[in-house]
This record gives sequence, C-alpha cells and structure tokens, in this order.
Amino acid sequence: MFQDTMLDPAGPVSAATRDLLFESVGLMLIVVVPVFVLTAFVVWRYRAGNTSAAYTPRWNGSRLLEMGLWTVPVTIVVLLWFVVWNRTHELDPYRTIESDQPPLVVQVVALDWQWLFIYPEEEVASVNRLVFPVGRPLTIQLTSDSVMNSLLIPALGGQIYAMAGMQTELNLKADRIGVFEGRNTMFNGNGFSAQTFTVEAMDMAGYQAFLAEARTSPNALTEESFQTLAEPTVNGPLRLYSSVAPNLFHTIMGAHGSMPHTVAEPDMSSAPHHADHAR
Amino acid sequence: MNTSMLLGKLSLDALPFYSPIAAAGAAVIVFGGLGVIALITWLRAWPYLWREWFTSTDHKKIGMMYVGLALVMLMRGFVDALMMRAQQAMAMNAEGYLTPDHFQQIFSSHGTIMIFFMAMPFLFGLMNYVVPLQLGARDVAFPLMNAISFWLTAAGAALVMVSLVIGVFSTGGWSGYPPYTELSYSPTVGVDYWIMALLVSGVGTTLGAINLVVTIYKMRAPGMKLMQMPLFCWTALCASLLAVFALPGLTVAAGLLGLDRYLGMHFFTNDGGGNVMNYANLFWIFGHPEVYILILPAFGIFSSVIPTFSQKKLFGYNVLVYATMCIAVLSFTVWLHHFFTMGADANVNAFFGIMTMVIAVPTGVKVYDWILTMFRGRLRFDTPMLWSIAFIVTFVIGGMTGVILAIPPLDYVFHNTLFLIAHFHNMLIPGVLFGLFAGYAYWFPKATGFPLDEAWGRRAFIFWVVGFYLAFMPLYALGFTGAPRRMAYYDQPEWQIYFVIAAIGALSVLAGIICQVIQLVVSIRNRDRTTSFAGDPWGGQTLEWATSSPPPEYNFAVLPRVNSLDAFEEAKESGQPYVWPEKYDPIEVPRNSMTGVLLGGTSFVLGFAAVWHIWWLAALSLLGVIGIVIARSFATDTTRFISADEVKAHESRWRTAVLAQGKASS
Repeated sequence: MFQDTMLDPAGPVSAATRDLLFESVGLMLIVVVPVFVLTAFVVWRYRAGNTSAAYTPRWNGSRLLEMGLWTVPVTIVVLLWFVVWNRTHELDPYRTIESDQPPLVVQVVALDWQWLFIYPEEEVASVNRLVFPVGRPLTIQLTSDSVMNSLLIPALGGQIYAMAGMQTELNLKADRIGVFEGRNTMFNGNGFSAQTFTVEAMDMAGYQAFLAEARTSPNALTEESFQTLAEPTVNGPLRLYSSVAPNLFHTIMGAHGSMPHTVAEPDMSSAPHHADHAR
Repeated sequence: MNTSMLLGKLSLDALPFYSPIAAAGAAVIVFGGLGVIALITWLRAWPYLWREWFTSTDHKKIGMMYVGLALVMLMRGFVDALMMRAQQAMAMNAEGYLTPDHFQQIFSSHGTIMIFFMAMPFLFGLMNYVVPLQLGARDVAFPLMNAISFWLTAAGAALVMVSLVIGVFSTGGWSGYPPYTELSYSPTVGVDYWIMALLVSGVGTTLGAINLVVTIYKMRAPGMKLMQMPLFCWTALCASLLAVFALPGLTVAAGLLGLDRYLGMHFFTNDGGGNVMNYANLFWIFGHPEVYILILPAFGIFSSVIPTFSQKKLFGYNVLVYATMCIAVLSFTVWLHHFFTMGADANVNAFFGIMTMVIAVPTGVKVYDWILTMFRGRLRFDTPMLWSIAFIVTFVIGGMTGVILAIPPLDYVFHNTLFLIAHFHNMLIPGVLFGLFAGYAYWFPKATGFPLDEAWGRRAFIFWVVGFYLAFMPLYALGFTGAPRRMAYYDQPEWQIYFVIAAIGALSVLAGIICQVIQLVVSIRNRDRTTSFAGDPWGGQTLEWATSSPPPEYNFAVLPRVNSLDAFEEAKESGQPYVWPEKYDPIEVPRNSMTGVLLGGTSFVLGFAAVWHIWWLAALSLLGVIGIVIARSFATDTTRFISADEVKAHESRWRTAVLAQGKASS
C-alpha cells in the first residue's frame, strides 16, 4: 500500500519530507494528545450524575491558566516557524539538488491528458514515460499546452503546477532503482483519471539503453507532429521520438502568448532560478 | 423571430437524457417538486404560506426558512456524496456506473452546494434567528433586506437545482479554476450555471452580512456593551464582517470569468494575456476567509451549548472574543497556502506557511477554553452537548492535518490528494456541520415550542460520528500514497479497500440522516406531549431564553436592560428573570412584503436567461429587478402596530406557562 510513496521514499526529497512529517506531527502531539486525555477525563469526571465531583458554576477564568494556554501553543508554533522557514528553503522545488554530477534537465509538457518529456541534451523525447539515471539529480522544467496541471511523483516527492505560457520547475532525485508512478493531480477534464506516467529510475546502462531505443524510433517530434500528439487523448500509448525540433519547449510556451517577452528564450542556461516565468 | 432569439441556446437537447442516472435524478427533482406543489395545493396551504412565510419580514421566520433551505440542500449535497463514494468504491480498473462527465458534475455540485447552499444558509438561518434574540432586539436592522437576502440565496440554490434538469452543471469543481472553466475547455452551460448561482446568492449573502453587522452594532438591548454580548453574537459579527470584505473577491473572480465566457475577454484565458494565477489569488482571497465565515459562528454555537449543558459559566470569555477577532483578521493573511505548488518563491511560501500556523494558536486556545468550561461543571449529555464533545475531539485531528498542510514542503506531496479532502472535511464536518446540528437541536424548542426527540437524536449522532471516521480516515491513508482527488476511476488495486470502507462510512452517515428525518417526524407527532410555552427548556444563560417559545413576533414586550454578560443567567440569579408590567405599549413591527419573493424570483429568471443566452428575457428581468426596487422605494406605510391588548394577551399567556412550570418543578 505505502510502497514507493513518501512513507517509503526513493529519493532525498521524499525522505526529507517524510522526516519533516514525523517531526512536525511529534511537536503537534504535545498540544493534541492532552485534548483527548483531558476531554475524556473531564467528560467522565464531571458528568451530572457524579455529585461527588467539584462544581464551580461561576468560575469563568484564571489568569495563570490562560497564560499557560497561550504559552504552550505559541512556543510550539514558534518552533514550527523555524522548521517551516528552513525546510521550505531546503526543500524548495526550484533548488537544484547538490551532487557531483550536473542535473539532468527534462522539459515536461502537460497535454490533455498525457505527459510529454523532452530531453534537450539528448534531443530525444518520450510520452507518458520518464526515464533517468539513479543518483543523478533531475531538473524538471514544466509547462502546459492545455489547462493547469500538477505533477506529482509520490516516491520522489515534489508537486508543482504546469501552466500554459509559463515555466515552473521541480528538482528531484532517485536514490534507488525502481519503477514508480507519476501523475497529474489537478483536475483537467474527462481523461484526468488516467493521466499517469511511468517513472523509471535506472542504472546508467539502463538509461543508455533507453536513449538508444529512443534514437532508433522512427518518429520525429516536430511542431507538426506535436500538434497531433497534443490532441486530447485518454490512455495514450508510451511513445518515443528520435529527434526534437529545436526549442520546441519554448515554442509551446510562446504559443500561449500570455507573456510575449518569454517567447524567444532558446538558451537553456539563461533561464536561471529567479527568472522563472511563474514567479 | 427564429427560435435562437426566442430561446437562446435552450433546446430539447438540454434535457438530461445523456445518462439514465442523470435522467433519474432529474425525475426525482421534477416529481418531488410537483409532489410538494400538489400537496400544498391539496392542503390549500398557499395562502397560509404566502401570508405567514413567503412575504414575512420577521427575522425568526426568515431564519427558519434559511434552515429549511439548508436541510433540503443538505439532502441533495449528500446524495452527490453518496454517489461519489459508490463510484470510487466500484471503479477499480473499471468505469464504475458513472461516466467521467457525470462524475465531474457531481463533485462540482457537491462542493458548491455544501459550501454555498447548505452551510451558508444554515449559518445565516441560525444567526438570523438567534442574534436579535440574544441581543434583546425586536428584529434585525433591515427586516425587508433580510427577506431579500434569503430569497436571493434561494434563487441561487434553485439555479443549481435546475441545472440538474435543464442542461448540465459545471465540471470545474467548487473552486472553478480557469482555464479549464473557460469557454475553450468547458463550452457547455455548466460553468455559466455555477457563475450565475454564485453571483445571485453572493448578493444575498453580502446583504445578509451587512444586515447582521448593523444589527449587532446598533440594535443591542439598552445597556448591553459589546463585551457583554453572548459569544455567538461576537462570532456572528466576525463572520459577517468577513463576508462583507471577502465576498467581493468571489464576485470579482466569478464575474471576470463570466466576462471571459460571455464577452470573449481574456482575464484568465491561456491566450490574449490572460493569467490563471490571478484567478487563484482572487478566489482564495475570498476562499480562505470563507472557511472562517463558516466556522466562527459554529464556534459561537459551541460556546453557547457547552456552558449551558455544563451548567457553568463559559471559561475565558474575553480570551475567546479576542481569539475570534484574531482569527477573523488573520484569515485574510493566509490565502496563498491554497497554492503553495504554483511556483512561488520559498520566502513567499514560508511566510504564508508561518501565517497559517499563527491562526492555529487562537484556535487551539479556544479548544482548551471549551474543555475548561466543562471542567468542574455538571455535564448533561443532551444531543447538542454530544455534538459539541464529538466536535472537540474530532476537530483537533483536522487541526493537526491542517498544520501539516500549512508546511509548504509537506503540502508539495499532499496538495490535491485525498489527504487534503480528508483534512477539510475533517474541519467542516465536525467544525461546521456538528455545530449546526448542535445549534439546530439547541434552538429547535425555542423556535417551535417543542424539543427534538432525544432518542432519535442520539441514534443520528452515533451514525454520523461513526460514519465520519469511516468515510474520511481512509482518505488520509490514500493521501499518503498520492491518490488524487476527483478521480472517476483508478488502477491501483490496493486502494479499493479504502474506498470501500469510505463508502460504508457514507452509508452510516445516510443512516444518521434517516434518523434525523425520523427524529423530525417523531418530534412533530409528539408535540402535544412535549410542548412547553415557557421558553427556557435547557436552563439557558442568554436572552433568547428570556421569552416565550416560540417567541412573539416582537420578541420582547419590554426590551430587557442589560448590564452584564449572560444577562438571563444573572437575572435568574437575582431572582427577577422576567418582567411583566401591568401596562403594555403597542409595538411597531415591519409589515409583510412581497418584495423579497419578487426580487428572488426575478433574479432567478435573470440568472436562467443569462445561462441560456435568452437576452430578451434577461433584459426584461433585469428591468424587473430595477423596477421592483424603485417601486418599493415609494412604499411609505411599511410598518404596523401590534396593539397593547394583543401584547398583553400574549404576555399573560406566557406568564401563566412560566408560573405553571415553576410550580411543577418546585
């Protein structure tokens, strides 16, 4: 049931997320558990039938108790502030994961109701299938050719919206080999329920084999074939493309002209962290 | 004149024959409606209903109509819920019995109805009924506007109901995110129904909120200071202020979306410079305060019920007032936590995460205040108290999962999953609905003179609480696996058992609702034995109990003088709880008016015509709305007097009842 989810993490982001969950729940239980215990005690002890219990009908406050009531949750919340501030920065989806290897950039286009993955370095692309080497950080750049989507890979962590005309980013990494599921979580119409994709974290040999397989594909991803691919499709097949039109990702983004100045931005390295268009 | 000018987009294709299930649902609505109309006609009750209810400007009757509307819409919203649970219990590697399109309409109408046409009218009904009584006032500040508010809300609800029979409803969820809800992706009339229902009822809610704010500021009994108001009035004030300030966000968001759809503008479209992120901000600048609009009055109900049934004073009144005000203000500072995953900077996300946790503090303090109210009390476990205790225990679980979602990195994995669904149902069912049920049971004898049946109330309570846990705890578990919300089907075999358990929970809630229906029937049938005119069945502390049950139209023959908190309790302590002077004055009350019904009806036609692009009818009904308002402004004779004799007759009958009860108990 919880295999390959945040409770059984396959990467550093989901592992850190799980630890954060346990820490914050632990802190909150300091406030929550007493509520259960006290309610049970008070309800039993002060039931109307128990005339031996103390009864103070006009008692309506106590400065000391009230100070305590504010102090404890304030303390816990202040502790949580530090946790939130630090971890939100550490686990910022835009933050590149530290490694001796440069991140593998994958450009993702959300379609009705499929996922297109473009590998700009390798100039290949796949549909409904994200393959990458284990141990190497992954920088996923997202946009949408349709309505708002949201990409989540429970085994690795994450989740960020994909929006037309804009680019968002998600940094993930897998620490172990495995086949996981990724999906759209943002409702987007009739094919929503089936809009999943396969996530394959492979060893280097497996990844090379995948690239080789892609390069032998007879299909080329051009602007025209992209239009065919972008037709609304439910349960679309896994596909591979042996070539990708240059700057296709930015062309798709530019086609939804909400932000004209972002149209021509062919140089990948010139799209740094804080120039992301959703920001 | 061709048919498209006459009927707009409306044609026979609008009838729900796209699916036998939708057609059956429509048939239930149509034949149910016709059955009710036939029954009223057969009972010759139209003149009575028109005279005593539909045209009434009495805040108590309007309050009861609000609650009646809410209960009907609760049934509809719950049938939606049951259908969703059944679908997801079956739809493992299968289509289930609903098409995706139908399933999408159902989750959209479920959310829209439960928030806007169940919880809101239920709360406004209770606030309408109780606040003037607790303030020692004779009515709200603007009685006619009150009627208009109700009928506009009813018109909005009617638009949602009509969409079941004529056309379709939105598939965009209760939050209606574009660009999915734009014309290019949602070309049917569904989203238009959603927009019109929200716009029409939104006007009603805003007017209702303004009315309550003015009532609380200006209509308190002589001597009553703000810090002597019952806590429920405080929460009603905060909720109404929130509504006045927050609802424009929704009106603007839905209105701009409407401009996109009707006039081809580009506020939120993918092209032409539109930006969906603006919608998300506008919607949630309304949406988050909305949560507190719903929950604060429920907190007020618990703060009325718990002291009464603990036979003790409320602990920390001042703190509860300040905490309520804090929550009201802070609720405007957290909206971004609804879209941490939209790509905002880590600083921004962290800031809104922190602000969200700040809100958890006053809420947590409140929970402890309620426990301390019970501490050293004499607890009676009547149903209002049972709902309150179940609330305290269940609500803190939802509070904890809320803080989890407020931590941005955790939200990245839980956002849009069933964990989120479990969380907000865990807030809204114990927090709002249990509060509403507690208030319903608590004030029912005030409104009718007879109590709700206790045995059936307990049965309903048990089924509801068990049903809640069974229905929503599995959704938390599913959320950990990344199972998203709004799935019409799925392919993970291990998920199914959790959905089956959730469906069993929904069936338990169904049993609870059936018990509540039986409870109402049994209570009405037994009313001859249980009726008490004296007016204080629970040993109440606040002024609504210092009048007969049901109260006379004028509420109080002599306006009470107030110089402390819990005015009625203090008066009882002093031995002089009731004032029955020798001589009474005539009392001025507002006349009945058909303005509210007419405006509601015309607004409904306006909304319907706009949905179907029947422009001549839309123009006509818009002129009608304006005309009715202008015509009404010429009415000068808007009040009437209840004669001193009539007042005296009522008061002496009440006095007899109180004295008889006093004798019986001593």
